[in-house]
Amino acid sequence: MRTISFDGVIVGGGGAGMRASLQLAQSGYKTAVISKVFPTRSHTVSAQGGITCAIASADPNDDWRWHMYDTVKGSDYIGDQDAIEYMTSVGPEAIFELEHMGLPFSRTEEGRIYQRPFGGQSKNFGEGGQAARTCAAADRTGHALLHTLYQNNVKNKTVFLNEWFAIDLVKNQDGAVVGVTALSIETGEVVFVKSKATVFATGGAGRIYASTTNAHINTGDGIGMALRAGFPMQDMEMWQFHPTGIHGAGTLVTEGCRGEGGYLINKDGERFMERYAPNAKDLAGRDVVARSMVLEILEGRGCGPEGDHVFLKLDHLGEEVLESRLPGILELSRTFAHADPVKEPIPVVPTCHYMMGGIPTNIHGQALTIDGSGADQVIPGLYACGEAACVSVHGANRLGGNSLLDLVVFGRATGLFLEEAMRSGIEVRDPTQSDLEEANARLAKLEAAPVDESVASLRKELQNIMQNHFGVFRKGDFMREGIEHLAALRPRIEAVGVADKTQAFNTARIEALELQNLFEVAESTAISAEQRTESRGAHAREDYQDRDDDNWLCHSVYFPTEKRLGKRGVNFAPKTMDAFQPKIRTY
Amino acid sequence: MLQVSIYRYNPEQDAEPSMEDFEVDTGGKDLMVLDVLELIKAQQDPTVTYRRSCREGVCGSDGLNMNGKNGLACITPLSDSVKGNKLVIRPLPGLPVIRDLVVDMSLFYAQYEKVQPYLQNDTPAPAIERLQTPEDRAKLDGLYECILCACCSTSCPSFWWNPDRFVGPAGLLQSYRFLADSRDLATEERLARLDDPFSVFRCHGIQNCVNVCPKGLNPTRAIGHIRSMLLKRAA
Amino acid sequence: MVTAVTSLSRSGLSDWLVQRVTAVILLAFFVFIASKLLGGVSYLEWRSLFDQTWMKVFALMAALSLAAHAWIGMWGVFTDYLTERLLGNKGNLLRISFQLITSLSLVIYVIWAVQIIWS
Repeated sequence: MRTISFDGVIVGGGGAGMRASLQLAQSGYKTAVISKVFPTRSHTVSAQGGITCAIASADPNDDWRWHMYDTVKGSDYIGDQDAIEYMTSVGPEAIFELEHMGLPFSRTEEGRIYQRPFGGQSKNFGEGGQAARTCAAADRTGHALLHTLYQNNVKNKTVFLNEWFAIDLVKNQDGAVVGVTALSIETGEVVFVKSKATVFATGGAGRIYASTTNAHINTGDGIGMALRAGFPMQDMEMWQFHPTGIHGAGTLVTEGCRGEGGYLINKDGERFMERYAPNAKDLAGRDVVARSMVLEILEGRGCGPEGDHVFLKLDHLGEEVLESRLPGILELSRTFAHADPVKEPIPVVPTCHYMMGGIPTNIHGQALTIDGSGADQVIPGLYACGEAACVSVHGANRLGGNSLLDLVVFGRATGLFLEEAMRSGIEVRDPTQSDLEEANARLAKLEAAPVDESVASLRKELQNIMQNHFGVFRKGDFMREGIEHLAALRPRIEAVGVADKTQAFNTARIEALELQNLFEVAESTAISAEQRTESRGAHAREDYQDRDDDNWLCHSVYFPTEKRLGKRGVNFAPKTMDAFQPKIRTY
Repeated sequence: MLQVSIYRYNPEQDAEPSMEDFEVDTGGKDLMVLDVLELIKAQQDPTVTYRRSCREGVCGSDGLNMNGKNGLACITPLSDSVKGNKLVIRPLPGLPVIRDLVVDMSLFYAQYEKVQPYLQNDTPAPAIERLQTPEDRAKLDGLYECILCACCSTSCPSFWWNPDRFVGPAGLLQSYRFLADSRDLATEERLARLDDPFSVFRCHGIQNCVNVCPKGLNPTRAIGHIRSMLLKRAA
Repeated sequence: MVTAVTSLSRSGLSDWLVQRVTAVILLAFFVFIASKLLGGVSYLEWRSLFDQTWMKVFALMAALSLAAHAWIGMWGVFTDYLTERLLGNKGNLLRISFQLITSLSLVIYVIWAVQIIWS
């Protein structure tokens, strides 16, 4: 196996990965990004509405502490307050940097960055009404962000290993992470990509569900690799269902639609969010809106012949506003819903959207594990940022516009930390031949396996189990049934084989490797969800309908080796202010 | 049953490419072409090879030639493409085929990089954002939305003949995106690099690029703007 | 690889501009000639027209324009289709040969035109 060496290797070419690589490449360290797709095909490109940050453009008196309050409240109080403080306070600097790099933000008459209202936003710690804090480039903010980051990486000569697939982590005899094994999709060559720091920025895994806003490529590869390496995951039960996925297609319709004045109606034409969230209405937290929609549908007030969706009404905003602020949504709705929002409402339904959980990290992106005494331990050599990481700024429910901020701020923070670490020198022991073989075992097994079942049908089975047993509303016995189904599925997915043994652009093989990653994500989600016996944020249980701060004001930590769920304290110690104490969460 | 004919080529097994026919039950639905490919890959032949990611027309992975016209498979409904119950799917023309519907896009990306597709402004950055009027920002509309799918450049004969010398519609659109940006100060250097007989001037204005762009962008117009800027610079 | 060495001005803009200016001159010349011919013209009238200096200059300009226009156009065609990329090594050979033949012909035509016009 050929070895290629870098100072830092970033796995994943989305927003977080490319922000981290940019930071490192700018400081002159030999930096590589491994991406299974050309970087601008990463899922960050699909983010629409914007990036939330108190840059004080729409409101000159805006304060990052208000944004921090919203985020803590949105997280249902299990977001780490030191991390949220860091993200919201450093945010403006990170946004201005992006603008200086060329990101084509929409503008106000004063020439500043345009900000729009998003869900869960307030002024003055919830007392001052709706805020407008989401910085936008029309409704293509993710696209503009991702392309800007790619362009600046090109400028700074980052090495891109495009269309390379990371197979597994390589650990040396000290247990330190020293790189990954990776497969060139084009040629089939497997190499050891050696590095002093390995950063997982592999994004989400929405493809564990049958219905998702996520791209085909969101298969949780980093989560899968980390779990197979025995590293724990945090808050994996917390999956966000976005209120407005297009019914049938699953494609996302930005919360910015409601920010610009759109609202949801049921079959009677009633603006039902007024009943569920009298103040914030359609701009309540996403978990609240998604649950309200499902309740409307369950209670027989859904729209369409099957009564299985509701409508998002936009036509009252007028064609001019829609064309200038939401041009991409017009396109998507016309293509996928066959509905022209200028004239008619869009059929929408809550759709799996975002993984709040992930690899636990500190604010420097260092991946953590928990030792026997319950203390955090840094995993040497491994870092994570973006959706794959759980730092945790989103807790049990992410606010709209906070994912782009998360990936920019913590991609950058990881890069900054690595710069320092590289400067002071990182020495690691090389892996042995058997370490490398271990990291390549999965591919070797796949290559040798007989073909009994098709990858596509196994994937479908997995997605249906997750959709049916771990959806918006969850129930203990039903989840236990789901876990049994998963247990039966594991050996079949581990034994999967592919008939195509050729080397050039073998996507059948890649899909098999992705399926195994999906399974690891799904299993950790299922076990974490079943064991968190309360309802908090996106995790809503019919058998435990209330939040239980006595027992569950904490992170869940899933240990893959024993398939055991532990707990980890939530940080209530921001550096510059008093912590926000848990309150009943209403909008 | 929909008749689908797909361009097949596996460099390890085939001496030359061929077309393979499939029959697909669409259930009477107006699926997207990508859905049809996914059905074939899942149910009939997992070796059928193509790129895909977002499946909503924003990542630019699945640019393909469908019944003779370039477009994104994920947002091309069968009703737009199928003629007489037949769908012929080929890779984007003009680039080397790696396997089946996957082409080697190195030349395309190299042209993109050649225009230095990043903002250049060496003046000290302010503590906040650089200000830009809504009018100046509006000049970037129709330019920054490019998704690099290559549908345009691979429908352009000038790019087919000289992909190593002619920047092509996609690269030139991005070139103009930065020329048009009020924050970019490298206008002179950018223009100087475009003033050879190939980079810009191989465009003969036939507008194939405009005809196929899945995002409704107009590279020919952008190229016209670049030409005017070059003229003004020389005058 | 095809290069710009053999292009008329080695600048895309200049070639492009020359192409358009020469087109205008040629258009003017041929419209003028056509109008004369359609109006009916005797040999003597034709002869006396070409005896005038301005007409000699005009005709010479048209001849030079034709040569420049043709060269730029043919150069574009040759560098599109007669290339190493499309035809392998022989592409370069073919292109150089065709360029030589074309340039030689154009030079001969221009000399010939000068002889006719100024004789």
